[in-house]
This record gives sequence, C-alpha cells and structure tokens, in this order.
Amino acid sequence: MANIKTSKKSTRIDMTAMCDVAFLLLSFFIMTATAKVPEPKPVDTPASTVKAKLPERNLLTITIGDSAVYLGMSDRETRIAALEAMSLKYDIAFTPQEINEFSLLDSFGVPLEQLKSLLALPNAQRNRPGTQSGIPYAGDISENELSDWVFYASEAVILEQQGRGVEKLKEIEVAIKGGSKEKYPVVKRVFDILQKQNVNNFYLVTSLRSEDF
Amino acid sequence: MAELNTGGGGGKGGKVRSKKSNPGVDLTAMVDLAFLLITFFILTTTLSKPQSMDLSLPDNDKPDPNSTPPEAPAWRTLTVVLGKNDKLVYYIGLTDAPYVDAEINGKPKLENYGGKGIRKAILSHNKYVLEHVDDPNKEGLTVLIKASKSANYKNVVDILDEMAIIKPRSYSIVDVTPGDIKMLEDKKIK
Repeated sequence: MANIKTSKKSTRIDMTAMCDVAFLLLSFFIMTATAKVPEPKPVDTPASTVKAKLPERNLLTITIGDSAVYLGMSDRETRIAALEAMSLKYDIAFTPQEINEFSLLDSFGVPLEQLKSLLALPNAQRNRPGTQSGIPYAGDISENELSDWVFYASEAVILEQQGRGVEKLKEIEVAIKGGSKEKYPVVKRVFDILQKQNVNNFYLVTSLRSEDF
Repeated sequence: MAELNTGGGGGKGGKVRSKKSNPGVDLTAMVDLAFLLITFFILTTTLSKPQSMDLSLPDNDKPDPNSTPPEAPAWRTLTVVLGKNDKLVYYIGLTDAPYVDAEINGKPKLENYGGKGIRKAILSHNKYVLEHVDDPNKEGLTVLIKASKSANYKNVVDILDEMAIIKPRSYSIVDVTPGDIKMLEDKKIK
C-alpha cells in the first residue's frame, strides 16, 4: 500500500548544516564583540540621529557626569607617556608598577595626588560609585589638571607617531560623553578648555534615535 | 544522516534490528542554544557601539584681523536661545530689533524641541530664505545657537541634531547676550 510507505518516511530534518552555520555565526559574533569596559561614572548620553562612528585609536574620551570630569585614553602608550609628563609637571613620582597599573586603566577621574591611592585599590573597587571624584578643571582655563591631561595626551600621540616614523601625523581625537542632564555651563567650560588646547573638532557621544521625535 | 538508516532494514532476523538504532545525534537542542547565543551577541554588539556627532568650534586663539565675520542680513539670521524646562525662544533678526516685515514675523516665540516644535519653525524659514536669495548655492539661512545657563547638555545636542536634519547654510554656537536673557525672562524660561 502506497499510503503506508509515505508514512514511514522520517519527519526529522538534518540539522548538521544548520548547526554548522549557527556556530560559525556564533564564533564570528563572539570574536567581533567588544567587551564592555567598566566606567567610573556611567552616564546617560543624549540621543541624536547622526550616525558617525567614533575612531578607535588615538581617542581621548572626556566623560562629564554630575559636574565631574573623567578621562579615558584609548592607547596604552599614550597613557604611559601622559602620566610621565604629568608626574614631572606636578612633581609626583610614580613607581614603574604604578605606571604599568595606570596603563591598564581604561578611564579614571581623580586629582593627580589621589591617583596613587586609586592605583593601589584592587580593580573591582575602583569603579564603585563615589570612589572617583573627578579631575579638577576649575581655575585658570589653561592651568588646570584637565587641560594638562589633554595637552600631554595630544603631545604623547604626536610623539608616539614621530617615534614610529609616520609621515602624516594625526592629531588626537577627542570625544565628549556628557550626561543628558548636565548643566550647560559645565559642558561649556570643557569646550573652552579644549579650545584653549587647540582642539576645535570633537565628537559628541550620543545614542541613536529616529528622526521623528 | 539520521534518516538514512530509518527506512532501511531487510528482514534478516534479530541481528539486523540492532543496526536499526539511530546513529545520528539529535542536534535540535544544540541549534536552539547556538541561535539563542547568536541573538544575544547580535543584540549586545549593535547596542554597545556608541554613536557620535561631530562638532567644530571656531579657533579662538588666532582671530584673523583682516577678515570681518561673515555678516548675514537680518532676515536670513535665525537665533535660538535655549532656556530651562526644555523650552526655547527663537527669533529672526537682531536681538534688540527682531526682523518684521509683511512676510516674516521675527518676534521672539516660545517653542518646544523636536519635530513639531523648533524643527518646523526653522524648516519653514529655511525654505523661505532659499526661495528668496539670489543664489541658493551660496547664500542661505544662518542659525545662531545660544545656550543659557539653565539649559542642559541634552538641549544642546537636540538642537545640534536639528541642525544635522535641517542642514541650514551655516550654524554656530555663540554666547548669550543680556538681551537674550531678558527674552527668556519675558517667556519665563530663564
């Protein structure tokens, strides 16, 4: 009987190829995924429709949250060079271990004299709320710690490229990541400090939204 | 693979029966898991990529003494003053003397952010300006953005975003003047 024969046919599908594809995609996504770095102050960025991407290298991220300013440098060499210059300028010596520890720090926000005690803390405790009070940016517009960090970081980027013998020197890129509720005078102050350091182009980090808001 | 053996089997006694047992592994659960993880990674990677917008400010240190700042006629200048409570005031022309003629009413107006508020106002004036200039490729609307002390960062990004959508001829962020502050006071959003 023909009917019985068709019912005997298996209903199962060969999953091997599907499984292969699934795991191929899975490994692709795992490899391309960037781990989320813990931040001393997570901020809620305002939304915009512009979809420009942030550069990945030579990037200085200035986070503004609750009127405090936090810095992040993208490259280890820049971090080391900037810290060494800062330690000379402010006459605070750092041990090689501390410098190495600092070069692993993605972002920080403490006055320079408190940096030693921050580096002494274990990794998990550094980003607890309230541990980092922000980089001082009050006082003279070109004579405060924030402007010094910006200056030495941009210098470090240039020197590092010269050291490698790059023909076309690229200046440091600055991204500002401000919280939505930040008062404008605070942001304006950061803009002014950056302009004083001849950084006139920068990125504003935003989240995405559609045009019909 | 799995189904290859299912229909088989001759009828040669008990020994053949043991061959009937399925050698293929059931991959359904594994595929389920793999796709679940894929979904997870797709969602997290696209969400964590930060977006950004460019902002260029004028060079403060080296003002060129020979060049005069580009003066746009009053009717082509629209000023947006950002106040508190997510409100703003906009006007056409100068602070002290808003431009008013038969077609344009440049008097200060209270407005909200977003597509129904300020964007509509700027878009309509932008259109008007482009229709009335001699050469639309060289001249157009100039938008001045003045953020007061009571505005927040979100307001600034919102208005810059409007600029990115409307694309006026030029726009810049400038400091507030006492006249603008008074305007905000009049509208009670200082």
